[in-house]
Amino acid sequence: MAVVTLRAPLKDRADGRSEVDLPGDSIGAVLRELERVYPRLEGWVLDEHGRIRRHVNVFVDGERGREDTPVAPQARIHVLASISGGGPS
Amino acid sequence: MTELLVGTKKGLFVLRGEVGEPFEIAARAFPGDVVEFATRDPRTDRYFASVTSGFFGPRVMYSDDPTGEWEQAKGPVFPEDIPDVAVERIWIVKPSESDGVVYAGVAPAALFVSTDSGETWELNRSLWNVPTRAEWQPGFGGLALHSICTWPGDPGRLAIGISAAGVWISEDAGDTWRTGYTGLVPGYLPEDQREGAHTLCVHNMHRAPRRPERLFMQFHGSVYRSDDAGETWNDIAEGLPSGFGFPLVVDPADPDSAYVIPLTADTDRVTPDGRMRVYQTRDAGATWTSHGDGLPASESYLTILRQAFDHDGGSPLGLYFGATSGDVFGSADAGGSWSTVHERLAPVTSVRVSG
Repeated sequence: MAVVTLRAPLKDRADGRSEVDLPGDSIGAVLRELERVYPRLEGWVLDEHGRIRRHVNVFVDGERGREDTPVAPQARIHVLASISGGGPS
Repeated sequence: MTELLVGTKKGLFVLRGEVGEPFEIAARAFPGDVVEFATRDPRTDRYFASVTSGFFGPRVMYSDDPTGEWEQAKGPVFPEDIPDVAVERIWIVKPSESDGVVYAGVAPAALFVSTDSGETWELNRSLWNVPTRAEWQPGFGGLALHSICTWPGDPGRLAIGISAAGVWISEDAGDTWRTGYTGLVPGYLPEDQREGAHTLCVHNMHRAPRRPERLFMQFHGSVYRSDDAGETWNDIAEGLPSGFGFPLVVDPADPDSAYVIPLTADTDRVTPDGRMRVYQTRDAGATWTSHGDGLPASESYLTILRQAFDHDGGSPLGLYFGATSGDVFGSADAGGSWSTVHERLAPVTSVRVSG
């Protein structure tokens, strides 16, 4: 099981949990499982085709990863809003 | 008591009050997110908000109480067999003339349909698959399907406006589509490129409910009227300080009466001459009258976006609009006089009267 760390507003949509243990051997697989367990997160981190949204960063054990980045058992995954996001001010 | 749904770059503001006095903020929802559009379906009293997080993407939210909790709809999203496209923005949510059916217009330009009052959404594939789509070009705000004109009492008849892919008309509830391009002049193209061009930058379009074959359109550089359900268009911008603008309101009780808020030009998208004025025609575009009593009269360079102007359907007609300055204005007498509804909100993207 990987440990996925979430911050607001993602945490709020995961029943307030800031850490979630989830199975999966890649970032994409773990995030799809995150959506399955917490349906209110559907579409927030991954778009409708399973791609990580442009302004979301996902780190695995300190390294930024993509959908196909391998995830080892006990890995720690951080899902973070990117500093490039935020939209028009 | 009037209720306004004011979408802004930083959340939805639910304002309540009476014209002549400042409205109160009854609620602020989706703080930090762009609320492109919010409306209430009068058939079900269900409220909709299209919300785009700068990080976490766009979504349709719905609620029976805009001051309470909101639910996230399933979709609109593109299906698996269209893998290279994702919804970027949701420009409009529009109740149809069929029970339970609601439309959504998104960018990249697509029409989505819900048959369960907005809880789940499905792509209208016939519009998505029109052969000319590969030639469509986005406007400044993206390739946006922003105007959906239903036909009172006839759920089959639709007209939609796309920036910048013109007018599309259906008479079978979206099973088939044809263009309504005739008469539209894309002055932003070289003259020898205008004939047959698909790059037709519709900014806004509304139908006159009392005479549904009549449509008014704010175009990129002019204002048009169609009297044949969108097949052909006539330029009616003469008398306006500028043909450029975005907001448009059609008086639901009078098909000869419509309102626009011109901006100086595409290269200078502010109110002309530093004066905030609303222009009305009472003769279907033959002449225009300016309304400015109570609006900023000098040193006011405001921008009013596409969806940020609405009416209350009353008699006399109540009118409301918001600017990217964060100011919202209202008139209880069809534009004859105006007052400030609220100041210093976030930049206003949409205004709809919800009650």
